[in-house]
Amino acid sequence: MTELNSTELNSAGLIRLSAAQLAAKLAAREVTSVEVTQAYLDRIAAVDGQVNAFLHVNTEEALAVAAEVDAIRAAGGAAAEELHELAGVPIAVKDLIVTIGQPTTAGSRILEGWHSPYDATVIKKLRAAKMPILGKTNLDEFAMGSSTEHSAYGPTRNPWDLDRIPGGSGGGSAAAVAAFEAPLALGTDTGGSIRQPGAVTGTVGMKPTYGAVSRYGAIAMASSLDQIGPVSRTVLDSALLQEVIGGHDPFDSTSLTDPFDNLVAAARTGNVTGMKIGIIKELHGEGYQAGVENRFNESLELLKEAGAEIVEVSCPNFKYALGAYYLIMPSEVSSNLAKFDGVRFGMRVLPKDGPLTIERVMAATRAAGFGAEVKRRIILGTYALSAGYYDAYYGSAQKVRTLIQRDFDAAFAQADVLISPTAPTTAFKLGEKLDDPLAMYLNDVATIPANMAGIPGLSLPGGLADEDGLPVGIQLLAPAREDARLYRVGAVLESLLEEKWGGPLLAQAPALGSTSTTAGGSN
Amino acid sequence: MAAINRDDVAHLARLAHIEMSAEELDRMAGELAVIVDSVKTVSEAAGDDVPATSHPIPLSNVFREDVVGHTFTAEQSLSGAPDAYEGRFKVPAILDED
Repeated sequence: MTELNSTELNSAGLIRLSAAQLAAKLAAREVTSVEVTQAYLDRIAAVDGQVNAFLHVNTEEALAVAAEVDAIRAAGGAAAEELHELAGVPIAVKDLIVTIGQPTTAGSRILEGWHSPYDATVIKKLRAAKMPILGKTNLDEFAMGSSTEHSAYGPTRNPWDLDRIPGGSGGGSAAAVAAFEAPLALGTDTGGSIRQPGAVTGTVGMKPTYGAVSRYGAIAMASSLDQIGPVSRTVLDSALLQEVIGGHDPFDSTSLTDPFDNLVAAARTGNVTGMKIGIIKELHGEGYQAGVENRFNESLELLKEAGAEIVEVSCPNFKYALGAYYLIMPSEVSSNLAKFDGVRFGMRVLPKDGPLTIERVMAATRAAGFGAEVKRRIILGTYALSAGYYDAYYGSAQKVRTLIQRDFDAAFAQADVLISPTAPTTAFKLGEKLDDPLAMYLNDVATIPANMAGIPGLSLPGGLADEDGLPVGIQLLAPAREDARLYRVGAVLESLLEEKWGGPLLAQAPALGSTSTTAGGSN
Repeated sequence: MAAINRDDVAHLARLAHIEMSAEELDRMAGELAVIVDSVKTVSEAAGDDVPATSHPIPLSNVFREDVVGHTFTAEQSLSGAPDAYEGRFKVPAILDED
């Protein structure tokens, strides 16, 4: 990580610091949280007209929390000492996660203007740590998509090239972090929605072990696959954030009670000497862009030089993973989204003519409130679960899930962690795959297996593809509950790559709009 | 496995309570046919000896003490409702009168 001298501590320098660096400067009282938070709010005002990462900016509350942290630090004493390490470090939140005091839309018309009467558990934890929440970030409607183009509020744009997608569904969180509009963000990952946006925006995204972070208050898409996790610019920052949001929660019955190895310590003491790192034969090569493959091979070389042993493993049933995912996920979607019926929350649309029965009001409300991709998945799920097809579709997909878990078990018998490209290609052009659902689904081919098995996956920047100069993501996978292992290996790979690049990858990203960070943008 | 056609989609849309126009049904039937075709290999992947997995991490039932925990007030519960009346959700007729 680059050292910054005091002359660089203007707002342009502040927003480029990592969360860990900001935390250190706040603790040393070299900067105040109000200065940091205001610098980010100014950046949002300056560039978000171009990026569209935010659906809501939480200016007043963020500054109030920042001022509270500053007052506690200034007063000193026990209260100051008890402050969380990340106190005063701002964060953005994917708009699938419910928050008191800010609207939650899930990127859908059906929830436009809706305010949750409760906070998600992760939000309570951010509040307890006194991290100012900058706002809510854009996403594909109900987190269904790989490009953020399925948001009812317009697409988010990739800060590396504004004509390209930022990935999805968490394109808003990834783009906000990549565009220096936030040092940290929360995402959710059902089939890759944290990791794939991380890959295509040159940021870090972590999907923790299923159950490691409470899902209470994350609007459910596919409950057996969904997981909240960190989005950041460095591996250490994701570890710091996962420590804040992780842990058992009685409000989520799938929440794990197991203690985890210290994630921050793992990220700080990264080491791969003697580790076996497995290349998954089925997750690279054919179907992967040449530039992605090149950066992937380069990372393998670096890990080998650092003392890791590279082995090849085979996961033959991964070829069924995408198909099984597109049966299990829509099945759960069709059930989870039944609650959006125009009765208890969100919009209600009355049918244009005919009798005003509740069934017809529901059908009219859902027709107007849901976008095309959401409808597609609800219908597909209803089909997969219907009598006569259940065994062939949903039942078979659940068996494939067993086969995928067995493949991972066999692979982890040969290797400590597994490695692959995060996504088969770099960011594609906006609109390119919008009319071809199947082509869109293929973006998740490398990330889906981890959700099917509940294991943790980390994506970190692996460099730029030669042919288009766009970011490539490297994915690391570990057995369930071994999240620390990913931070340990990820930190090593990150430092080797940054040494090669002469600094963070995002330093090479093009400047956005007016590069000044003074207020006055269009937001 | 049977292909999915326009009538199937119309039936599924009724089950899922989503009103669909004629054009929407046509488009959706075409798209879903392609998707269903691409996922059908799943049914050939596993034999009868493979158990189904419904959940990634094995968990047993989770219980809590039978005491009143956090509850929402009626006001909180109704705060996002499209229509409410005297502390209750107000809905259109459940049954068609005629």
